[in-house]
Amino acid sequence: MKQLLVFIRKEFYHVFRDRRTLLILFGLPTAQILLFGYALSSEVRNINLGVVDFAKDPASQQIVSRVQSSRYFNLKEAIPTYDAMQRAFRENRIRAALIIPAGFNGDLRHTNRAQVQVIADASDPNAATTITNYLTGIIGDYQRELNATAALPYRIGTETRMLYNPDLNGSLNFIPGVLALILMIVCTTLTSVSVVREKELGTMEVLLVSPFRPILVLIAKATPYLVLSLLDFTLILLLAVFVLDVPVRGSLLLLFAESALFIVCCLSLGLMISNVTASQQVAMLASMMGMMLPTLLFTGFLFPLENMPLPLQWISRVVPARWYYLIVKAIMLKGLGFAAVWKETAVLVGMALALLGVSLRNFKIRLA
Amino acid sequence: MPLWAKTGKTMGAVTVTNLTKTYEKGSVTALDDVSFRVEAGELFGLIGPDGAGKSTLFRILTTLLTADRGTAGVDGFDVVKDYRKIRNTVGYMPGRFSLYQDLTVEENLNFFATLFGTTIRENYHLVKDIYEQIEPFKDRRAGKLSGGMKQKLALCCALIHKPTVLFLDEPTTGVDVVSRREFWTMLNRLKEQGITILVSTPYMDEAVLCERIALIQTGRILSIDTPDAIVRGYPDRLFAARTDDLPRALADLRANPSVRSTYAFGEYLHLAFRQNDTENVSGLSRYLAEKGHSGIEIKPVTPTIEDRFIDLMTRETTPS
Amino acid sequence: MNTKEQKAIVCRDLTKRFGDFVAVDHISFEVERGEIFGFLGANGAGKTTAMRMLCGLSHPTSGQAAVAGFDVYRQQESIKRSIGYMSQKFSLYENLTVLENIEFFGGVYGLSDAKLNRRSERLITTLGLGQEARKMVGSLPLGWKQKLAFSVAVIHDPAIVFLDEPTGGVDPVTRRQFWDLIYEAAGRGITIFVTTHYMDEAEYCNRISIMVDGRVEALDTPGNLKHRFAADSMDEVFYQLARGAKRAAD
Repeated sequence: MKQLLVFIRKEFYHVFRDRRTLLILFGLPTAQILLFGYALSSEVRNINLGVVDFAKDPASQQIVSRVQSSRYFNLKEAIPTYDAMQRAFRENRIRAALIIPAGFNGDLRHTNRAQVQVIADASDPNAATTITNYLTGIIGDYQRELNATAALPYRIGTETRMLYNPDLNGSLNFIPGVLALILMIVCTTLTSVSVVREKELGTMEVLLVSPFRPILVLIAKATPYLVLSLLDFTLILLLAVFVLDVPVRGSLLLLFAESALFIVCCLSLGLMISNVTASQQVAMLASMMGMMLPTLLFTGFLFPLENMPLPLQWISRVVPARWYYLIVKAIMLKGLGFAAVWKETAVLVGMALALLGVSLRNFKIRLA
Repeated sequence: MPLWAKTGKTMGAVTVTNLTKTYEKGSVTALDDVSFRVEAGELFGLIGPDGAGKSTLFRILTTLLTADRGTAGVDGFDVVKDYRKIRNTVGYMPGRFSLYQDLTVEENLNFFATLFGTTIRENYHLVKDIYEQIEPFKDRRAGKLSGGMKQKLALCCALIHKPTVLFLDEPTTGVDVVSRREFWTMLNRLKEQGITILVSTPYMDEAVLCERIALIQTGRILSIDTPDAIVRGYPDRLFAARTDDLPRALADLRANPSVRSTYAFGEYLHLAFRQNDTENVSGLSRYLAEKGHSGIEIKPVTPTIEDRFIDLMTRETTPS
Repeated sequence: MNTKEQKAIVCRDLTKRFGDFVAVDHISFEVERGEIFGFLGANGAGKTTAMRMLCGLSHPTSGQAAVAGFDVYRQQESIKRSIGYMSQKFSLYENLTVLENIEFFGGVYGLSDAKLNRRSERLITTLGLGQEARKMVGSLPLGWKQKLAFSVAVIHDPAIVFLDEPTGGVDPVTRRQFWDLIYEAAGRGITIFVTTHYMDEAEYCNRISIMVDGRVEALDTPGNLKHRFAADSMDEVFYQLARGAKRAAD
């Protein structure tokens, strides 16, 4: 037991004495969160907007002129029909449309209620949200102005529709995505590199010719990274909550438990890579190409999975990060409990057991 | 009676029987039917160039590799079946510097002590002589030590658990003459503590510092005996010759039919004649003088391990 | 012709500092054309640093040096064109064949195709590598690799060739064949600048220098050095000089 503890302490020395490792451990998550959080939700301007004005009455014209005078929008020629609008969307001439139904003014004056529709191209979800917010804001201003002089309050309802990506995947979803990515990097890449470094330095030879069980080498290697990745996880959560104002709606405990499960998955992957590679470079490349790219591509946080060809969707099912991503999204953003994620959890448990089994079974007690 | 002739004691002994090891699906033979025995408490040298199979042999004996054929035992344990027992008792210092460069001298030693379930204090007497030399730098990272210092630290780490057998794979390669001498002094002191030591080296001049040696080349043992006996095995009388122009003398001697072999050896050329003949030396002096050499000197010399190695090597490649 | 052009290497008070550490401390020596010059020293004495400066790979802190008549501060590119370099660690590409290596390095040094063909043919015959010409260098025994590496390092007839422990770990027979090649190159007028840990090889040099703690402590023919230190062998000379080395770290 003492041997194991000393070994683990040694691993921490390695980590804290290597600036590059520290940078990956703590610099990378911070940079990614801030990058995704700020750079990607920046202000949107000069949006090409199509207006489908079926009403063509004083009230509709007032709204259109307000939109026109906003610095956010470029008003395109008036669009006569729904079909024309659809075409405009497809041909990328407009990114959003404002539809005012016939009899808008009449509805407003007589029933005090009227309806407009806002449609946005949500393939860029961040932009789509921003656009609809702007439009709703303009309409809200107009409504307040009317109400200032009215006896009875007017109400203009805004119905929003998101084209292409109705769930708005991506708005806050980058946080679960970054979580998956960072844990993957820390656990898989750093673990495999640290095992392979011992092979490259020749220290693995000395370790093998000692009473210390080879399997304990793996455990001792994995432990620090388990601890460090939980630290990283906490760091990302704190940044998300306190810097980006993203709420954690579900159970924090459940979130930690699921993350620990995913970490075990990643650690096993890292150990598996270290079993079959002999140089740090190859290990790095293997975990980057074999693990990071699939994580980026197939979790659905950068590219919506629904839009992918079927074979790619199947591939996405074997990527652990995809399941973890779903779990975190459900717990953190939707506030759901274990009942909603037990299937995904079961998949992850299965993957973790399989990977751990394979990597332990293939671990060599001798040199290659 | 030479040490190796005593039999019956297995503790600390190393036995190697018909060991063969190939790499790359049998296309490269690293060890070719090697057999020998090292007695407890012996300082045994494995002398041969890079690629001779020294490291492979050490790795098999330290249970890091398995052989294709043959058996080997350390301390009476089989290197395949009882690998765990062997790992408990032997000390191993690989050819490359194999310590943690980012840990300090003290941290390294502490780590390896704990790994073997012991403490520095418990076996300090073993490493004291060596460790005292590097103690002033105990807070320095191992990566920042000089070559000689690194070797000393590595030796301390391999010794700290009081191994019965110590395997040192080329501990002096690339180390300067001064550090090499110090290193051999340390080995002799360790031998006095009763530790069996197997050491490999490409430097022929270090062979005489061992009790017994094996000359090894391309996976085969050329000869195995005490250094003295190996030198006595040199079949001819050996002469050293010199003139004021050594490179030209070498070419001229090679052209002389009475000379069986000749090669540069430090400030002299070593040469052996085809036939033992008292007229040899005077004949050769005349020959060199005719070729216009000045400062001619030819004298009999005692062969060294290197002379014997060259002799055995050339016999291997050109069977007479 | 000035004296600088007659000497292969001229070194005056050459110094290299790294912060407070004086790696090379005012070394001065001259190497004649066609000379075999042994450059010995204890581990960490500053040999590698000095050699790097002479090869035009690093700038001296102070002092002067000319290699093949070119200044080490201003004419590093000219120096690189007129020298060959070979070390125990890097010499040839293991995953290229013998011929491909020769062609590559010949090309790097700007040999014409006709010249390259003639020389590579001569080289392969001299080394007896006819059978192996199309084999990967990685599959050759170490001794052959080193002989080939040396021949490639002098394929462009450089003024000087720098050899950094060229025979480390090589068997005694091949080691001597290697020195045959060195003598042959020296005979062609190529200056040899060589480091080694084999003291018998020090005897094969025309002159040797021994560095201790960044300074050249002795420089003479092997015979004179042994006489001066009343020693039987170069081993003993080296030991007497380097024993007092202060430097603990590289």
